[in-house]
Amino acid sequence: MTEFALILVSTVLVNNFLLVQFLGLCPFMGVSNKLETAFGMSLATTFVLTLSSICSYLTYRYLLLPLDLVYLRTIAFILVIAVVVQFTEMVVRKTSPLLHRVLGIFLPLITTNCAVLGVALLNLQKQHGFMQSAVYGFGAAAGFSLVLILFSAMRERLAAADVPEPFRGSAIAMITAGLMSLAFMGFAGLIRF
Amino acid sequence: MNLLARMPRWGVHPAENKAQSTARPIRQAPMPAQLILPMQQHIGAPAEAVVATGDRVLGGQVIAEASGFVSARVHAPTSGTVTSIVEHAVPHPSGLSEPCILITPDGLDEKLAPQPLPAYQQLEPAIVLEHIRNSGITGLGGAGFPTAVKLGSVRDAKIEYLLLNGVECEPYITADDRLMTERASQVVGGALVLAHLVRPQHTVLVVEDNKPDAIAALRLACQGTAAEVRVIPTRYPSGGEKQTIQIVTGREVPHGGIPADIGVVCTNVGTAAAVHRAVVDGEPLVSRIVTLTGNALAEPGNFEVLLGTPIRELLATCAMDATNLDRLIMGGPMMGFALPSPELPVIKTTNCILASAPGELPAAGPEQPCIRCGLCAEACPAALLPQQLLWYARANEFERAEKHHLFDCIECGACAYVCPSNIPLVQYYRYAKGEIRHAEQERIKAERSRERFEFRTERLAREEAEKEARRLERREAAKRKAAGKADPDAAPATAGTSPEVQAAVERVRQRKAAQADDGSQES
Amino acid sequence: MSMILTAVLALMGLAVVFGAILGYAAERFRVEGDPIVEQIDALLPQTQCGQCGHPGCRPYAEAIADGEPHNHCPPGGEATIVALAELLGREVLELDEEHGEVKPRTVAIIREDECIGCTKCIQACPVDAILGAAKMMHTVIESECTGCDLCVEPCPVDCIDMVEIPQTTQNWHFPLPGSAPGLIATDRQGAITS
Repeated sequence: MTEFALILVSTVLVNNFLLVQFLGLCPFMGVSNKLETAFGMSLATTFVLTLSSICSYLTYRYLLLPLDLVYLRTIAFILVIAVVVQFTEMVVRKTSPLLHRVLGIFLPLITTNCAVLGVALLNLQKQHGFMQSAVYGFGAAAGFSLVLILFSAMRERLAAADVPEPFRGSAIAMITAGLMSLAFMGFAGLIRF
Repeated sequence: MNLLARMPRWGVHPAENKAQSTARPIRQAPMPAQLILPMQQHIGAPAEAVVATGDRVLGGQVIAEASGFVSARVHAPTSGTVTSIVEHAVPHPSGLSEPCILITPDGLDEKLAPQPLPAYQQLEPAIVLEHIRNSGITGLGGAGFPTAVKLGSVRDAKIEYLLLNGVECEPYITADDRLMTERASQVVGGALVLAHLVRPQHTVLVVEDNKPDAIAALRLACQGTAAEVRVIPTRYPSGGEKQTIQIVTGREVPHGGIPADIGVVCTNVGTAAAVHRAVVDGEPLVSRIVTLTGNALAEPGNFEVLLGTPIRELLATCAMDATNLDRLIMGGPMMGFALPSPELPVIKTTNCILASAPGELPAAGPEQPCIRCGLCAEACPAALLPQQLLWYARANEFERAEKHHLFDCIECGACAYVCPSNIPLVQYYRYAKGEIRHAEQERIKAERSRERFEFRTERLAREEAEKEARRLERREAAKRKAAGKADPDAAPATAGTSPEVQAAVERVRQRKAAQADDGSQES
Repeated sequence: MSMILTAVLALMGLAVVFGAILGYAAERFRVEGDPIVEQIDALLPQTQCGQCGHPGCRPYAEAIADGEPHNHCPPGGEATIVALAELLGREVLELDEEHGEVKPRTVAIIREDECIGCTKCIQACPVDAILGAAKMMHTVIESECTGCDLCVEPCPVDCIDMVEIPQTTQNWHFPLPGSAPGLIATDRQGAITS
């Protein structure tokens, strides 16, 4: 039990995938304009990350390992992730056409989100079991969602604020993300892991 | 209960500047040379004129009827002749004109016989309410909501508190102060009439502690009645309806609701006095107390003014020095608006005319960027976030502004008063509110237009289908007719025709048959 | 050799399984139609004037959903462009001048002395805002008129005027106060945008 708690704290705060490991920055900058889209994106990414983390683990454990095809893991994981993302897109399109329209290209781009592939490969590297992989994937997604929502709330405020002309748009967003990253560095050493 | 414990920390305390106009008692304003009565002196639909140019009217006669549910009557203040019914400039921030009835008083001041309701305590509240409605009474505190509609909306709600708002928190204004001091019996009498209508558990007259004379007079008038006086500390804007209710009862009026929802009814003391005049003295609303003040006036003070009196004449009565006049403001320095000219009339919502000298009300400095200090949020009596509302109003993000409760803003100006950057906050909120209302109207109009367009498309399709059906039917009928004509000896269709016609058709047929026989015989 | 075969077969097997799952999901989560068109249509001003090049607001809404630029509607003005940009996640563009310019709202008024009762304008009005019959007086129902000015052309005696809606105290509202000076010189040109 403590082990899962530790994994969660690690992935959400200490080794946050977005601000500490700098993975998955594309949807971070692209979707964080509005709070509603950020929330939708974080839900979608949570679903994808957890599911693909589990499926990647299962593929590795029951297909690649027995057949001694571990060298194919990158291709296999990409395949798994692509399928999960496609499935998610269909579900989103059915349940909320507006969210689907608003997320636009960023929904299928979760496939290329290096955080998703990163989680799958890191599970391997850290030799996680099934439950640990699932919790690791969920924790990574929770950390991603936390930062995404915080950042989009800030970006909404920045949009209405008195930003000097050279800084408007992505520039001030990058600076803000950098400052947030500095803040998250404060969590370093929180747990030894 | 401990009042100080309940006194909130919002608000500001500007210089009161009330001493200039309370030095003398209420004077009667002289009869003006002309009266200009706008059809709209209240919130709601404008009234509709029921007199014509050239009519002679008596004081108290109805000259415009209420139109619609939220509306109020207008009465002639004195006897005279209706000179015209035209668009005239009215006291409104836009400076635009509205339909007005212009009356030239004849100086005789003939009035219609008063029609009081004697012993109103024995009458049904509905009858008293109707009498108040017919007297054209609207809220005299500044908003101008028709009083009968407000009281009628209470209906069966259980009212715990009837508050009479004598707070008058805005600087310079002293009309209610003098009214309560000199005519306390009228105010309390009106409160009792209102109590008869809404049947509250407590009838409370609320006054700020900077009006000791008024408090003493009211306390004296309340002796032996169910009404009581409550004194609250002086702070702007504790006289706002929602703020007064919160201070006295501790309850907050819910967002989008009315005070009756929490068992409270709140009216201004001036309105109460008008109700007393209408019910007990039988006179409709034709005059009100107006504070004339400001350093440009040599003799400031309070006056009982006939509605429709041009402000110019009042300023002359107060010996205004025109060379010393900087701005002419209707209302107080916090919530009033500047008037473009003194040719405008006094209306039901005019509580004060402020003729300021240069330097008395200095213009705010240039607007500077917001430094996000948060003083505005501390000052706001409605617990809003003025800073966020400013950013959203500036960036035209009206949806978010509305979500931050923009429409709960009472536009008191406390936030702009404390702003160190001199940002005209209330003007931004008014702009945003106007845009949101405009967008809503456009949306409703667009919806209607779409419905009409779709109905028209459907109508055209239906007409086309009907035309097609008729065309088909005609073709079928023609086919049937052609099939019938193929047999020449067959009797022509004469069913349904008169006997003469049938005989004529028969004669023609026989003649044709005879000709055919002759022809065949000859050939 | 057998290793390559195993690898290829394993991946193919994986692909087939996933393909089957996706195929099933495609059927299960099938979506008919595209409700986005309704939402776009709700933001258009419904004047049915045709200035965008389409015969009405609904066809233009469908075109926008298919990718047409959203800045072709003059009666909607900037507010509509901004609202459409927000809905679709596109950029806020300037109004395309080719399709007309932003004019203040107008209503049609028929000069009744000159009307001959030909009903041509009644047939032209897309929202049935003109009341009348053949050889009877025609009049515009002001509250329903959208100002699309499609009725002006067909009138044979040219008796229809498009007049601006007069500003009264009922439809006046406060203007935006002068904007703040801004922190640096380049900020003082133009309003704040995101």
